[in-house]
Amino acid sequence: MKLLTCPINGTRPISEFICSGDVEPELDPQSCSDEQWASHVFNRPQNTPCVKREWWCHLPSVTWFIVERDTGSDRIHKTYLYSDLVEGRV
Amino acid sequence: MPLRLLKFALAKGYPEPLMFGCATELKPSYDLVIIGAGGHGLASAYYLAKDYGMKNIAVLEKNYIGSGNTGRNTTIIRSNYLTPEGVKFYDESVRLWQDLSTDFDLNLFYANRGHLTLAHSDSSLRTMRWRAEVNKHLGVKSELISAQEVKQLCPHIDLECGGHAPILGALYHEPGSIARHDAVAWGYGRGACQRGVEIHQQTEVIGLTVKGHRIAEVITNRGKISTDKVLCATAGSTPQILQMVGLPSPLYIHPLQAMVSEPVKAWLDKIIVSGTLHVYISQSARGELVMGASLDPYELHQSRSTFDFMEGLSARMLDLFPFLSHVKVVRQWGGMADMTPDFAPIMGKTSIHGFYLDVGWGTWGFKATPVCGKTMSYTVAHDRNHSLIEKFGLERFRKFELVAERGAASVSH
Repeated sequence: MKLLTCPINGTRPISEFICSGDVEPELDPQSCSDEQWASHVFNRPQNTPCVKREWWCHLPSVTWFIVERDTGSDRIHKTYLYSDLVEGRV
Repeated sequence: MPLRLLKFALAKGYPEPLMFGCATELKPSYDLVIIGAGGHGLASAYYLAKDYGMKNIAVLEKNYIGSGNTGRNTTIIRSNYLTPEGVKFYDESVRLWQDLSTDFDLNLFYANRGHLTLAHSDSSLRTMRWRAEVNKHLGVKSELISAQEVKQLCPHIDLECGGHAPILGALYHEPGSIARHDAVAWGYGRGACQRGVEIHQQTEVIGLTVKGHRIAEVITNRGKISTDKVLCATAGSTPQILQMVGLPSPLYIHPLQAMVSEPVKAWLDKIIVSGTLHVYISQSARGELVMGASLDPYELHQSRSTFDFMEGLSARMLDLFPFLSHVKVVRQWGGMADMTPDFAPIMGKTSIHGFYLDVGWGTWGFKATPVCGKTMSYTVAHDRNHSLIEKFGLERFRKFELVAERGAASVSH
């Protein structure tokens, strides 16, 4: 069974979590062109194997957090809360 | 037939000609380079050689023939899609499948079984009625049937599904079939080889050179090839190839797993799919039960298989067929599915002149193998998109013209 460490609830089976995609800066729909918006909505800036930041949620407790994971080897490098990222603790 | 087998037992060497010519040295240039010797790549090479007389073609494969998703799928062939463009395309494919064994002079074990998509809720019944009507309108045999009719077609099924997901009806698609997947790649590969196409296995593409919006060169681990046409027929490695030419793409890679049971006496004629339970099952000619489920839930560039998957799939399978509890699973595997946001493929010309795509086939590529070969060979030979694939271009994601095929993916993928 694969395990994932939630920053709040500790290490749990990965079936308790969902992955909700890459952490990406939000584009301002008012100021960008249609083309930029289409690219933002559909295209994936990183879809080759790499270490990337993803949004994950621990479903039973609805805890959202960030996982740094290698999409080639499935190794989990780090997990932390968004506040940790914003306040520079990571 | 037994006498022919005796020849194999007594001969010192292998008594028949090899399926494929031995690998030769790469030539410095080809008229066309196809990346990926799976069903799609080989079918395109076959039809280009057969219908358009193009012979100076190299098919490059980083592993061995059919080692990717061609040899990893669950071999289901159907055309009961939801959008008119999808239905027309897959219906043409089903028609081509029916003559393929004769075309190749090779037994593909093509078996017309009938395909049942079970409905466990009113909302799925509604979608199925919609699919049946779209199909019938376009001349494809699909109909909505009642739970009792499901029981008549498949007497072993538990209509109550253990009490928690009772079956209300099903979409019955009579042309649904299965075929032997490896043989499809071998048939196309052999046919292409006989017509002069070169297949280079263990040859990995490590770079592509684009000069002034034109494809110029393919760099492989065995040297450089100059060419002005490249057809990319890859699956799990597509993002890497697109990165080499600098095209952004909406593809995301998830593993898709499957498993087979030990062989048992033939009892399941139909192909059974349940979107609610996320399972599908059919029985192969050898008696093995071939089973699949939905995509793994997060991005991963690996074809590993997991125990969690087998456990979950087995549990749900027992809801449908409780008597299978004593049957053993003998093999499981995974493949990398290149998914698109609208569950339709990416095919045709691109903004780079001479660079053609037949990718984004995600979890639904096997059934389309012949029609992809036909349409891509037309597209490459004429440098013009075939009418059946016009809606599947990469530029649809720039123009917000998606193909909305998600409702007809057999399970939640």
